[in-house]
Amino acid sequence: MSQQLSILERITDRLQTRWQALVTGIPFFWLLLFFLTPFFIVLKISLAESIIASPPFSKLLQWDDGGLPSISVTIDNYAYLWEDSLYVRTYINSIKIALISTLLCLLIGYPMAYAIVRTEGTARYILLLLVILPFWTSFLLRVYAWMGLLADQGTFNSFLMWLGVIDKPIRLLYSQFAVYVGIVYSYLPFMILPLYANMEKLDTSLQEAASDLGAKPVTGFFTITLPLTLPGIIAGSLLVFIPATGEFVIPDLLGGGNVLMIGRVLFSEFNANHDWPVASAVAIALLIVLVLPMMLYHRVQAAEAERQT
Amino acid sequence: MTQETSYPWRQPGAPPFISINGISKQFGNFTAVDNVSLDIYKGELFGLLGGSGCGKTTLLRMLAGFETPTSGTITIDGVDVTQLPPYQRPVNMMFQSYALFPHMTVEKNVAYGLKRDGIPRTEINDRVAEMLKMVELTDFARRKPRQLSGGQRQRVALARALVKQPKVLLLDEPLAALDKRLREQTQFELMNIQDQTGVTFIVVTHDQEEAMTLSTRIAVMDSGHFMQIGEPAEIYENPATKFIANFIGSANFVPVTVLDSAGAQLQHEPSQTVFTANPVRTDTPDHTGPNHTDPNHDARDYTAGQQATMALRPEKILIDKSPLTHCENQLTGVVREIAYLGKLSTYRVETNIGLTMEVSAPNQVRTAGIGHRIDWDDPVHIGWNNNSVVLLAN
Repeated sequence: MSQQLSILERITDRLQTRWQALVTGIPFFWLLLFFLTPFFIVLKISLAESIIASPPFSKLLQWDDGGLPSISVTIDNYAYLWEDSLYVRTYINSIKIALISTLLCLLIGYPMAYAIVRTEGTARYILLLLVILPFWTSFLLRVYAWMGLLADQGTFNSFLMWLGVIDKPIRLLYSQFAVYVGIVYSYLPFMILPLYANMEKLDTSLQEAASDLGAKPVTGFFTITLPLTLPGIIAGSLLVFIPATGEFVIPDLLGGGNVLMIGRVLFSEFNANHDWPVASAVAIALLIVLVLPMMLYHRVQAAEAERQT
Repeated sequence: MTQETSYPWRQPGAPPFISINGISKQFGNFTAVDNVSLDIYKGELFGLLGGSGCGKTTLLRMLAGFETPTSGTITIDGVDVTQLPPYQRPVNMMFQSYALFPHMTVEKNVAYGLKRDGIPRTEINDRVAEMLKMVELTDFARRKPRQLSGGQRQRVALARALVKQPKVLLLDEPLAALDKRLREQTQFELMNIQDQTGVTFIVVTHDQEEAMTLSTRIAVMDSGHFMQIGEPAEIYENPATKFIANFIGSANFVPVTVLDSAGAQLQHEPSQTVFTANPVRTDTPDHTGPNHTDPNHDARDYTAGQQATMALRPEKILIDKSPLTHCENQLTGVVREIAYLGKLSTYRVETNIGLTMEVSAPNQVRTAGIGHRIDWDDPVHIGWNNNSVVLLAN
C-alpha cells in the first residue's frame, strides 16, 4: 500500500515539476521574445549608420563583392550624443526632473500612506481605492485633463481671476511647473502603494516601545519608523524615478517645447529627423543610465523577500 | 525581613507607591475599564488576572501612557502621571510581542532607552553589558532579534525595559509566547530578577497558574471591574464570588439554604440533607482599606432562610472506599468518571443525594497495571470538614 502510494507520489511529483517548468517557462519565453528581441534590434540599429533609404540605417551584415560577409559597426552615434551638449543637457535635465518629482511624490505619498495604514475598518479600503481609482481612466486622458486645468483660459486661471487674485492669466501650462504637476500627479500611486504595503506590516507596538523607552515622537520616527519603512521608500522612489526619467507624454503635452526631456528628444529623432541610429543610441544610453537604479530596485526587492522568510 | 515590610498591604495606612484612583476608560460606547481603584506598594509583583477583553491590558496601557483615562488619576511615587506621555513616565513596559526593533542588534535594542536619556556612551556600554549579563545574553549582543529563539527574545525585551531602572515595570503576558517548560523556568527567573532589582512589577496575564506563582497580590478582573484583590492564597481559599471560585481553580457549587445566622447549618433543599460548615475567613488577616473590594466581606452574618451557594474545592474533599468517620460531612456515591493526571486523579462522583461532585486525590500509591485503587463504578465515600466550606452569597 505504502509502496503504491510512493509510486503515485513520484508520478505526481514529476508531473508537478513539469507543470512548474511550464508555468515558469512561459513568462521567460515571453520576456525573451518581446523584451530581449526588440532590445537587440534597437541595439543593432544604434550601431548602424544613418542612410537615406528604407529602413533608414545601414545593415549590420553585408556581403562584399567576393561573397564574403563583413560586419559594419560604428559607435559614432554614441560619440555624437556625448559631443552634442544638447543631449547631455537633456539627460541631466530629465534626471533632475525625475529626481525632484520622486522627492515630491515621497513627501506627499509618505504621509498619505501612513494615514491610510492608520485608518481603521472600511475607510482604509475606500482611501486605498481612491489612490487606485485614477488607473480606471486612460493615462493620456488624465494628462489632457490637466491641460484643461492649467491652460491660460483653464480652470485654475479662470478661478483665480474670478477671485480677483490676478487680472491676467498666469503661465501654468507649457512650463517646468506643469511637467512637475503632471509627473507627481501621475506617479503618486506608484509611490503610495509600495509604501502602504511596507507600512501595513509595521508593528505599531514598535513605535509604542520607542515612546515607552523615552523617545519623543520625532525621535521615534527617525530611529524606528523611517529605517523600517526604508524598503518601501526605495521601492516607491524607483518605481517613480525610472519611468519618470524616460517620460514622453507628460513633457510633450504639458511642457510643450519648453522642457527638455529625453523622451521628447528620442521621439523627434525618430519622427522628425528620421535618424533611427541616433534615436536608438539615445534609447540605449537612457537604458544604461537607468540600469543602476533598476539593479538597486531588484536588490531591495530580493532583500525584502528574504526578510519575509 | 519582618512581616510588616514584606506585606505592606496588610498594614492599614501604609503609603502606596502606585495609586490608581477611579480610573475609567471608554472606547465609544464600550467601557473597557469601569471606575477602578487600586493601591500597589513598592517592590510588589502585582498580577492583573482576567480573561480576554476584561480590561486588564487597557489598564496596563493607561499605566504606560498609551491610553489616556476617560476619568480618574494615576499617581506613581507621589507624582500624578495621568496626563504624561509615555516618554516622560518613570515606567517601562515589556510588550507581549516583545516589540524588539528588528533593525537593531541586541545591544542596540537594550541601549535605545539609555541613548534617549542622553547618558554618556561609556556608561551606556557598561549598563548594557551588565544587563545582558544578568539575562545571560552577553554572547548574543551582536545578533539581530530574528536570529534569537523565543526565550532569548523575551530576555532581550526584559533587559531593554529594565536597563532604564524604571520605578515600575509593566509586563504584558510576559510568558504567553513561550512553551510550557520554558515558561515555568522563566517564571522563577522573573521572580529572581524582580528580587534583585527591587523594581515594582505589574504583570498582566490570563493564566491563573502564572498569576498565582508570580504575584505577591492578584487583582482578578472581569468586564472592566476588579472582582477581588488579594494575595494568591486569599483569593484561592476565600474566593469572593462564584466567578472567582470558578476562574481560579475549580469548585463544586451546591445550592443551599442557610439555617442560622452563623452559616453553620446549610440545607440542601432537594434532599433535605443538612451540612455543617464553619465559613470563617481563614488564615489571611482581616483586610480593610481601599484595596478590599470583596463584597462578601461580612458574609459571616447570614439571615436564616437565606439562599446561598456552598463552594467546595475538589482537593478538599476526601474520597475512600471505607467510611470517612473523621470527616464532619459525609456522602456516599458511585464513581462515574476518572481523569488520571499522573500526580493526582480527578473523580466525578454521583452522590446518594443526587449531586455530582468533583473530587481530586493524590496518587500516593503506584497502581499502574494493577488497576486503579478506586475504579469506575466503585461505591465510594466522600467527605469534608467544616473549614473546607466557602459560603457564597447568591
